[in-house]
Amino acid sequence: MELNCKHVWQYISEYIDGSVDPQLRLQIERHLENCEVCSAILDSTRNILYLTADDRTFALPIGFSERLHARLEREFATIGGAEPSDR
Amino acid sequence: MCAQDSHEIRLIERISAGERELFHELVRPHERKIYLTALALLGSEAEAEDAAQETMIKAFRNLRSFRSESKFSTWLVSIALNEARSRLRKSKRAQIESLDAETESYEGDFTPAMLTDWREIPSETLERSELRAALQSAVAELPTIYREVFTLRDLEDLNVEETARALGVTANVVKVRLHRARMMLQKRLVPFLKTSFSPRRGLFGRALWS
Repeated sequence: MELNCKHVWQYISEYIDGSVDPQLRLQIERHLENCEVCSAILDSTRNILYLTADDRTFALPIGFSERLHARLEREFATIGGAEPSDR
Repeated sequence: MCAQDSHEIRLIERISAGERELFHELVRPHERKIYLTALALLGSEAEAEDAAQETMIKAFRNLRSFRSESKFSTWLVSIALNEARSRLRKSKRAQIESLDAETESYEGDFTPAMLTDWREIPSETLERSELRAALQSAVAELPTIYREVFTLRDLEDLNVEETARALGVTANVVKVRLHRARMMLQKRLVPFLKTSFSPRRGLFGRALWS
């Protein structure tokens, strides 16, 4: 069966995640070999995910960690015994 | 169980036995994940930070209720989701995106690279801070149901099952929403990526600036 572009687009996400079955994967790959439009969509989506995974894209605010651990210390200090308890 | 998981279980046991200082070590690898989870729902950096702190405190207080058959990180994410949702309910502004709070950008001046083929040099693409900013806004503007799935799957690297469990939806819903989220982002960002091309050849094989 020949896949058309729209069909391939439906599976782009699962294709990237490696969760399409082997037969469909082969068909998609065959299509991609000959289709610049779909290849570009695949590549651009992959690049967006690559960017997303970069720690600098979605970074913690400056000083976040220090403030968090300081707050945890204050929390520990309010607890008298060794056990976490209700206040 | 992976090495990280068993290390965490040992830490949790020691913390429960009174070595509470080890809680710092336990949560340190998960800070970013918890903050981003809260940010995905709340939109505001300041509120997300506060919710993340509250999440960690709740996790500490309820550490004994953690069951080792689930992953500690997934447990933390669930607490963060609950915390963020309860804040949304309280503030009654669930659907309002507070984009104003995101104007504070990080990292300073940047010289954009003139890329001839971004597909082959993603590391150079990454070095463009305005592209990262565009991605941040695009994610912030996704409808909440897509943003939370995208955040858990693609930012925090939870798998489909963990994401489904944390959000209380089916694995299939996760897959569908993730696909839509990615396609919305692709649509939003491709024109932006195009501007970095050389005039020689565009994304679809035609000259862009002719």
